[in-house]
Amino acid sequence: MATNMSRLDKLENQSIFIIREAYSQFRNVAMLWSIGKDSTTLLWLCRKAFFGRIPFPIVHIDTTYKFKEIYEFREKYTKEWGLNLIVAKNEDALSHGVGPETGKFKCCTELKTNALKQAIGKYGWRALYLAIRRDEHGIRAKERIFSPRDEDFEWDYRNQPPELWDQYKTRAADEEHLRVHPMLGWREIDIWEYVLRENIPCTSLYFTKNGKRYRSIGCHTCCMPIDSDADTVEKIVEELRTSRIAERSGRAQDKESAYMMQKLRSLGYM
Amino acid sequence: MSTLNFVIVGHVDHGKSSLIGRLLYETNSLPAGVMEEVTKTSQDLGREVEFAYLLDHLEEERQQGITIDTTQVFFKTAKRDYVIIDAPGHVEFVKNMITGASQAEAAVLIIDVKEGVQQQTKRHAYILSLLGLGQVVVVLNKMDLVDYSREVFEQVKADIAGFLASIKVSPLLYIPIAATKGENISKRSEKMAWYEGPTFLECLDELRNIEGPETKPLMMPVQDIYRIDDKRITAGRIEAGSLKAGQKVKILPTGEQTQIRTIEKFPSQVASAGAGESIGVTTADPAFIERGSVLCQADFEPAMADEFEATMIWMSKKDMKKGERLTLRCATQEQTCRVERIGRRIDSSSLEVLGEDADILKNLEVGEVIIRTKDPIVLTMFSDVQELGRFVMVRDENICAGGIIVRECN
Repeated sequence: MATNMSRLDKLENQSIFIIREAYSQFRNVAMLWSIGKDSTTLLWLCRKAFFGRIPFPIVHIDTTYKFKEIYEFREKYTKEWGLNLIVAKNEDALSHGVGPETGKFKCCTELKTNALKQAIGKYGWRALYLAIRRDEHGIRAKERIFSPRDEDFEWDYRNQPPELWDQYKTRAADEEHLRVHPMLGWREIDIWEYVLRENIPCTSLYFTKNGKRYRSIGCHTCCMPIDSDADTVEKIVEELRTSRIAERSGRAQDKESAYMMQKLRSLGYM
Repeated sequence: MSTLNFVIVGHVDHGKSSLIGRLLYETNSLPAGVMEEVTKTSQDLGREVEFAYLLDHLEEERQQGITIDTTQVFFKTAKRDYVIIDAPGHVEFVKNMITGASQAEAAVLIIDVKEGVQQQTKRHAYILSLLGLGQVVVVLNKMDLVDYSREVFEQVKADIAGFLASIKVSPLLYIPIAATKGENISKRSEKMAWYEGPTFLECLDELRNIEGPETKPLMMPVQDIYRIDDKRITAGRIEAGSLKAGQKVKILPTGEQTQIRTIEKFPSQVASAGAGESIGVTTADPAFIERGSVLCQADFEPAMADEFEATMIWMSKKDMKKGERLTLRCATQEQTCRVERIGRRIDSSSLEVLGEDADILKNLEVGEVIIRTKDPIVLTMFSDVQELGRFVMVRDENICAGGIIVRECN
């Protein structure tokens, strides 16, 4: 690695390397796009990795409880970037009335995890790119870059395969699919500094309106805005340099019980 | 601002997680509310507040009080950003420790002064030397439990120094600390006035980032070939040297020569690129290039060999048998291989030689071996270009060994 590279250059080059490794191994892959800042940055990196022509589908797991800004953003950039977009919904659960009011754990499991399971069943992807980062949540700090899920979609964090240097595992017969995490080493502030440097578009939900903005975006029913004056990317970077508030402090599923996030993840939650 | 990745290794329960928790606390790196969460969790489990819980996010880890998996956490000093890799100390999880250590630029070996040098202390130190991680700091922890005694410190220091010398690891420093009490972490310990060296944080700030091999001859292992409209783009990362548009290159293993027409970095083209950059290139001729090819500079090219000497560690509960068919990966190359000879078979914690000209390697044993690949691979010595001087072996789709190349045989 060149010594004069900035942290952002190193992260960008490493992520592109990982994205290409996974595609070279599996070909039949897809990327999960929640349309938040992290997965939009991952999408940006995929465009770089494949010279503007991403050779796999981009999947939006749609709980139908997303903000309208998310849907608008999705339509705009799907067109502008020529994406092969697949919208995945758990229609069955939705028709049976599953939603936040029927319990948060069940809602996340049905509308996110099971919607994804159904999509994998339908399209047979062998690996999925996700934009999770180690600094988001303690459980995510344990993740590998290539992380297998078994037939029941479970994450066996007790027995993760070794990952040496830049060599990653391939999929074994008893594994359902691999999760590929090209951005594990990025921090929240790296994302925003990179968004600023690259001029990556982000939904307006991140920018303050009436003294409030969203720092982490999920469903409108389960995330709370924070108090903030940041109405530009520059101001968000500045805010993060001084803040000690946890990024996902506005996300309900992290708080419900101490171990809900761990349970959700071991069951295949993103 | 630069970033340094370092790993903390050592025997189980010698205080890795506590040291990290303390570092985060003293550098003001904890998000608001985390200390409160840890206090609550500690109470729920009926324990005193433990700094180690700042890291142990898995329910099981908290209950058992041991780290199972590699964790990465971030903090910063006035000088730079740090990524700490917390590697588990329990023998069951050595492969997680190796995963962590392979991502690091420096290592901190932690030893409980009261317990002294233990099995995993030695094994971890040995693995650091196998992985080629030369920058090592030793911290002697729990000084509070020995009344901050200089004699005890000197005794344990002498023990570990002797062992480290035998595996050719030369630590930069030995620091007496008490992680849970915050002695010699960011503040100089008044209780150990006899120690005149830097505090742990001061020592970290003195560590070097690994220098990039950009001044070496070009080596670019090819990851993939993409067709974009009428362009055929060869994608890969430059591992050594640099590349300019118009430059002549040699393609190994075929030996064919061609000229770089363009260097592609979406959304534009660039005139040159250096080590560490993930790029694409187009060539002047339709040369035969595939994944595993290595672009290099004629007359300064790496070696090609189908037999080489290596030191490797086996990481599977199912033994490796001499002559068994395995898959070897070195940079982006993949080849069927066999271990032809196990010159010495070594216990990775005691360093005891378990056998010469052996027939098997068991879990966590180190082998000084000769490896034969089906076809020649492009390689360098590890000390030359790391990426082409180290390899992993794959069996049943999992990585089961890692090693470094000592020299080619032919």
